[in-house]
Amino acid sequence: MSDISQTASGEQSRKGRGSFDLGRMLLEGRAFFALIAIIIIFSILSPVYFTTNNMLTMSSHVAIFGLLSLGMLLVILTGGIDLSVGSTLGLSGMVAGFLMQGVTLESAGVTLYFPVWAVVILTCALGAFVGAINGILIAWFRVPAFVATLGMLYVARGAALLMTNGLTYNNLGGSPELGNTGFDWLGFNRLFGIPVGVLIFAAVAIVLIFVLNRTPFGRWIYSTGGNSRAAELSGVPVKRVQVLVYVLSGVCAAIAGLVLSSQLTSAGPTAGNTYELTAIAGVVIGGAALTGGRGNVRGTLLGAFVIGFLSDGLVIIGVSSYWQTVFMGAVIVLAVLLNSIQYRGRKKSAKPASGSGSASPQSGTTGG
Amino acid sequence: MNEQPLNRPAADDAPDEVVLSARHVAKSFGSVHALKSVNFDIHRGRVTTLFGENGAGKSTLMKILSGVIQPSSGEIILDGRPVSFASTVDAQRHGISIIHQELSLAPNLSVRDNIFMGRELGGPGGVNYAEEARQTKALMAELDEPIDPLTPVEDLRLGQQQIVEIARALSVNSRILIMDEPTSALSASEVEVLFRVIRDLKARGVSIVYISHHLEEALTITDHAVVLRDGTMTAHGRRDEIDLEWIVRNMVGENFDLGSPPTGHRMGEVALSLEDISIADVAVPERSVVDHLSLQVRAGEIVCIYGLMGAGRTELLECAAGRVPMSGGRVVLEGVDVSQLSIAERIARGLVLVPEDRQRDGLVQTMSVGQNLSLASIGAFTRWLMTSSRREQGVIRESIGNVHIKTDGPEASIGSLSGGNQQKVVIGKMLATHPQVVLLDEPSRGIDIGAKAEVFRLLAEGASKGLAVVFSTSELGECLSVAHRVVVMSRGRIAAEFGADVTREEIMAASGEAVVA
Repeated sequence: MSDISQTASGEQSRKGRGSFDLGRMLLEGRAFFALIAIIIIFSILSPVYFTTNNMLTMSSHVAIFGLLSLGMLLVILTGGIDLSVGSTLGLSGMVAGFLMQGVTLESAGVTLYFPVWAVVILTCALGAFVGAINGILIAWFRVPAFVATLGMLYVARGAALLMTNGLTYNNLGGSPELGNTGFDWLGFNRLFGIPVGVLIFAAVAIVLIFVLNRTPFGRWIYSTGGNSRAAELSGVPVKRVQVLVYVLSGVCAAIAGLVLSSQLTSAGPTAGNTYELTAIAGVVIGGAALTGGRGNVRGTLLGAFVIGFLSDGLVIIGVSSYWQTVFMGAVIVLAVLLNSIQYRGRKKSAKPASGSGSASPQSGTTGG
Repeated sequence: MNEQPLNRPAADDAPDEVVLSARHVAKSFGSVHALKSVNFDIHRGRVTTLFGENGAGKSTLMKILSGVIQPSSGEIILDGRPVSFASTVDAQRHGISIIHQELSLAPNLSVRDNIFMGRELGGPGGVNYAEEARQTKALMAELDEPIDPLTPVEDLRLGQQQIVEIARALSVNSRILIMDEPTSALSASEVEVLFRVIRDLKARGVSIVYISHHLEEALTITDHAVVLRDGTMTAHGRRDEIDLEWIVRNMVGENFDLGSPPTGHRMGEVALSLEDISIADVAVPERSVVDHLSLQVRAGEIVCIYGLMGAGRTELLECAAGRVPMSGGRVVLEGVDVSQLSIAERIARGLVLVPEDRQRDGLVQTMSVGQNLSLASIGAFTRWLMTSSRREQGVIRESIGNVHIKTDGPEASIGSLSGGNQQKVVIGKMLATHPQVVLLDEPSRGIDIGAKAEVFRLLAEGASKGLAVVFSTSELGECLSVAHRVVVMSRGRIAAEFGADVTREEIMAASGEAVVA
């Protein structure tokens, strides 16, 4: 019986869609329209806002938590959450800074200086390792994602602070005779007039668009988040998918850490504090459902730009940082509110199926 | 279970007082008529049992009576006045409570807290726990089950939990108690306790609406029987006017043709061999839900596993597919032991499962019809790590055509399909992997008779092309359709095995469901 009632309301919502297309379009394209509105409003309020230079500066800010958001998107699509990305960013920056100083081997009495490409690879491997621990705890040991990654948030931040007792690595330049110059290229420098960090961000986004839409792994991510039980019975390696999305999220955080350290030309252990929340906000504003299965890279990019352009705009027109915080919070809640309006039709129709308090399939997938 | 029906109620001469009656109650969901103009009465202090196969409309009727859904037409008359229930709370206010098959207790809370959940007794110092405990104690004593009010519900046996549910219903002064399959998870001695409680309730003037698949067991407690079939009431009668044969005859009626076993093709070698399979109960590891069971299926053969709820059918099929771990035995697919392989590896070797609950285990609601259909065969349209959209569309079009799905197109949302078409998506998804063996757990659950016939035709078609098919069912009519062989499961074992020429009575006798005199 439940199936039939679901069909009935499904038909209703389809009919409803035809009748007010405009409202539907505004709702589905809300992040896009919000971004346009933000650009127009701040351009009116400040003459410097809509200039190439400012756009590029803001974009390089967006690139940092945009990279985190992209990794977070993968995790959220499977119905999970990764609270550790901010700390992983900080730890990655510190490790990169440490490697740039050269590693002294006491026993051999030599100091090893790594070329920048090796530093990049080692740092990304560290991000992958952190993500793998998260993923294994969540997929194999059934630790709730929230708790596992919350623990990692503290551990990774603590590790970053321990490395220098809280001090910052200021010398990331390297020297030509050691062959390890070029760290500034990752985020500080520009290529064709565009900050390299923005280009890296764009490259990661393009890779993820390809992964999500064109590879079996992408399909596995969506099906795991939509209904992990059905996915498993269809032969999807659900556990492996879960581990991999956290690994990728960790790698994205490591890349963000490298870009940020390069932009700042220093690596501090508190870098990226609370960035995980900004990253989640970007994904949510981009229309992804925290229950998993719904969302895409385009939306997340828009979400990241909405947050970045809004907060930088508020700085430019001189709004106090306390008010900025209030604005950001309001925008996030508004985004989630619109999300639930968009998905309400389906949730309602799922209700009669669950009868008396038995778990609905959607809530079932959030646990794993 | 084998208790004789001793408690015929005809002894008392008082005429039965009608408490509630349904008049021309009908309910349709879209174009599907789940109930068509049903009339029946519930009598004071009597047990009225609803008989009917799955999909006959029992649960719809029950949901209407308890206020979960509202009828499309017709009226409900309570104490001579027409009433309508806006919600379950509203129905409860009128004295009607329902006890669902899956209990709705919070296992972490105590008996007391469960009974007063949502309507805690207030006092000047917050919740008046002492008074709640006192009332709970009194209720439990009335039901002859003196459980300490502070015991957490999770520490109780299932039968005791059921009695807590009953106590909760009584605590809101229910006059009509609807029980949906209350004995399906109970042991024989717990059933005895439940029936004693039901008799006590009757004596106190509480009317019971009882629903069960265990016909014989239900007959021992029934005063009035109402039989439903395909949404219409086909018969009703007092206990002294009816017997088992009468119920079965009215339940099943003129049989809709669900097809016959396909013939004319040669059956091949043994495709799937389940050898000495045991599966431990998740809740009670010492107990086995499947107990040293062996079954062989040949290519081109259709085997039907018949059994009641809790017979171990679902566990057996899920274990063969790799979902549920087994505690002993081997699964051999075309001569190769696949017991250690994952679900994905078994699918790759040609062993697939169409799960029982398509909403929970079969479909990904967030994905389109097409994406659901191609989910299990992504490998078939992947080249160099990339999926080919063109190849995928080919797979999807082929599936939609093969299993005859009525849809607006591959982009349509899953929710826009009818139950039958959703089921065909799940079947089509698994068939798209080109399996050698397909297992289907209750493939006809919750779909209408037309779609049912189509599903069975698909199975027959597959078998004639050499597919080995195993499907489970709890409906007798389906055993007599396309299956070459009917295996009756009871309490984790094979109770009997029949050929295609089996009769309903033989199956029922073997399943322990009923012994027709």
